Amino acid sequence: MAREVRLKVNGDDVFERLEENTLLVELLREKLRLTGTHVGCDTSQCGACTVHLNGRAVKSCTVLAVQCEGAEVTTIEGISSSEKLHPMQEAFSECHGLQCGFCTPGMIMSAIDLVHREETLSESVIREGLEGNICRCTGYHNIVRSVELAATKMRN
Amino acid sequence: MYNFNYHRPTSIEQAVEIFIDSEDASYLAGGHTLLPSMKQRLASPTDIIDLSGISSLVGIKSEGESLVVGALTKHEEVATSALVSSEIPSIAKLASNIGDAQVRNRGTIGGSIANSDPAADYPAAVLGLDATLVTNKRQIKADDFFVDMFETALEDGEILQEVKFPKPDISVYKKLPNPASRYAVVGVFLARRNSQVRVAITGAAPSVFRAAELESRLAESFSVDAIENVTLENELMNDDMHASAAYRASLCVVMTKRAVAEVLKIS
Repeated sequence: MAREVRLKVNGDDVFERLEENTLLVELLREKLRLTGTHVGCDTSQCGACTVHLNGRAVKSCTVLAVQCEGAEVTTIEGISSSEKLHPMQEAFSECHGLQCGFCTPGMIMSAIDLVHREETLSESVIREGLEGNICRCTGYHNIVRSVELAATKMRN
Repeated sequence: MYNFNYHRPTSIEQAVEIFIDSEDASYLAGGHTLLPSMKQRLASPTDIIDLSGISSLVGIKSEGESLVVGALTKHEEVATSALVSSEIPSIAKLASNIGDAQVRNRGTIGGSIANSDPAADYPAAVLGLDATLVTNKRQIKADDFFVDMFETALEDGEILQEVKFPKPDISVYKKLPNPASRYAVVGVFLARRNSQVRVAITGAAPSVFRAAELESRLAESFSVDAIENVTLENELMNDDMHASAAYRASLCVVMTKRAVAEVLKIS
């Protein structure tokens, strides 16, 4: 049986009638056409589907859309305007923190949450903090550099 | 994923009522085991009862000699709680090493304990600290709670509400994580209270268990040397693609030694 769900996505009110088994990522991609959030593994491992749910990074393939009643969701589309990139996006561009780019939206959403929650960011804190995101191209080295640079930008 | 009926009660009584009226219901906490299991069709409940609308299930407080954690408290909340860090720091550290950041933002202590995954971290703390599990019906001692792989003393429809951890003199948790999943290949929770020593081991066997010989040797003489020659029976251990039974049996002693060494260092 379908069920009505109200939530905010990137600041906009969303009101949809959904089947109960709709995942948050399916709502975002298939109903709202916010295809920046990717589905990599669909088994809660790879982190490509990471979005912010009430400000915290979560894997949107492992949350039901109906669980988000009244919640605020931010996706990669919601962190910047068309004119200006988010400092984390700028840093990934400057440090060559992506190659194929498939993992990048999830990586950036996780990294923003990481910078918000950790007071000091060492290389090991960044590597451990991004354990929930898998990249098969970069070897992570430039991703770590990107997050270090973005943290400085975000804090200034 | 099969479809199901979704419910979000606001009280324990309502939740239990829905459970009784449903054909085959499951309670939903953080959903980080249940939802993947449903996708793989290992679980196919007709009704999902989301407990997140029951606010009394969330929170951390100190009550006399115990630290009390609500069942729906998320791993991240436990890991970053100043109260947990000052009362029983080993629990905060354990929580901070569960899964990854996104999992810790959703997964709950009650979900982990009620699921009783053989490689989950929290069951080791519950058993190691001699905790009491408070449900909507009764109080269950940790020694009576974990029955077998994915099996606990919880009855159909019974809801775990909070966990009462008695404060130890000192405790540490040492785990060897699987490098991919971060689940424990073997995790040892060691606690001392007065003269009693408890050693609870997760990851090694079908369910978390206390290692009686390690406990009695350490009660006699609390040192790494005291357990030097202890061996655990391979027959009791899990044997799978991640580790052989012999390796797990050996790790049980090795991780206990590391736990003892850490206790001696910090006390």
